[in-house]
Amino acid sequence: MRFLDFFRNKGGSAPVARDRLQIILAHERATLSANPELLATLREEILAVIARHMPIDRDKVNVSMDRGDDVSTLEVEVELPLEGGPNPLHVAAE
Amino acid sequence: MTMAKVIVVTSGKGGVGKTTSTAALGAALAQTGKQVCVVDFDVGLRNLDLVMGAERRVVFDLINVINGEAKLHQAIIRDKRLDNLSLLPASQTRDKDALTEEGVAGVIEEMRDKFDYILCDSPAGIERGATLAMRHADIAVVVTNPEVSSVRDSDRIIGLVDSKTQKAENDERVEKYLLVTRYDPIRADKGEMLKVDDVLEILSIPLLAVVPESQDVLKASNLGMPVTLGSPNSYAARAYTNAARKITGENVSVEIPQDTRGIFSKFFARKAA
Ligand SMILES: Nc1ncnc2c1ncn2[C@@H]1O[C@H](COP(=O)(O)OP(=O)(O)OP(=O)(O)O)[C@@H](O)[C@H]1O
Ligand SMILES: [Mg+2]
Repeated sequence: MRFLDFFRNKGGSAPVARDRLQIILAHERATLSANPELLATLREEILAVIARHMPIDRDKVNVSMDRGDDVSTLEVEVELPLEGGPNPLHVAAE
Repeated sequence: MTMAKVIVVTSGKGGVGKTTSTAALGAALAQTGKQVCVVDFDVGLRNLDLVMGAERRVVFDLINVINGEAKLHQAIIRDKRLDNLSLLPASQTRDKDALTEEGVAGVIEEMRDKFDYILCDSPAGIERGATLAMRHADIAVVVTNPEVSSVRDSDRIIGLVDSKTQKAENDERVEKYLLVTRYDPIRADKGEMLKVDDVLEILSIPLLAVVPESQDVLKASNLGMPVTLGSPNSYAARAYTNAARKITGENVSVEIPQDTRGIFSKFFARKAA
């Protein structure tokens, strides 16, 4: 929760609910209606670029998302099979 | 690891508390130390992610896994508060037809050796979505509000559990439990609402818990926390916690919420079912 919210909320949970809804609905209206498969497409294309340069195990790929009110983070974690153990490469996009 | 028990949380009637109960029971089971995954079967109208507080983190969903667009482990979201609690979200953009019988079977099969309990949050209704959610159930939690249409729909759903599940088709028994939610003891006392005993007598399946109509539940949803995590000391949380213990095989008596306005306030435990 942001600092200012602390004063605005007065202990009620409804303002938190409103904020959560505003954020998630803005995202659903913007990205999902335009292209519901955006995340899958992004992941595929990012992986294709990496695969052009090195072999990757598609099972060892993790994509995580955090939708914020100003910025969202998409994190693609790819485990690269190099000698000397796993060496995760992070590709973060905002 | 042992094979997971699959629990369907179902009701027939909409809006009775399935999603709320899936989140609360799932969290309560995880709080006993079990490995738990809650699965949203409400394709097109997902809400379990919101109630669990994970809506901002959804990347892939059940349909992506069924279609082979993502691996199971890529779609599962691990809870930030309990690391033995996970969520498999539903798709918000596809329709119910995207769920296929074989697809669901494959996903449940793959999950069985990874968890102790898999909770399937059923969509309302008695059509495909609801029958697919219950298809692989070992246990059915029938969520019922103490009012006529909900009880009637529950009866209908119990009939489906006894005929449309894989267990039923193999002449095996699905354990069925009644979960009464949104119970208002004051109105039940005044005779304005069905009493728990009335509902039990009509549906005649064992009682799992009685969850009162409660502000704590609403507040927990607002905050994106299952009530057993958000207000662990509330009466509602206790009801769900006891329900979870009962599911794990503990012999727990079911408490019926009482009218707390009297001198002898508080609730007293009572053996039921
Ligand atoms: N014990 C309770 N006390 C007060 N409100 C409750 C309680 N249980 C559920 N609710 C509220 O009832 C509404 C419906 O609950 P929920 O979404 O869990 O029902 P559902 O059966 O999953 O609905 P649907 O059939 O649409 O999927 C929500 O607003 C929820 O917060
Ligand atoms: Mg629901």
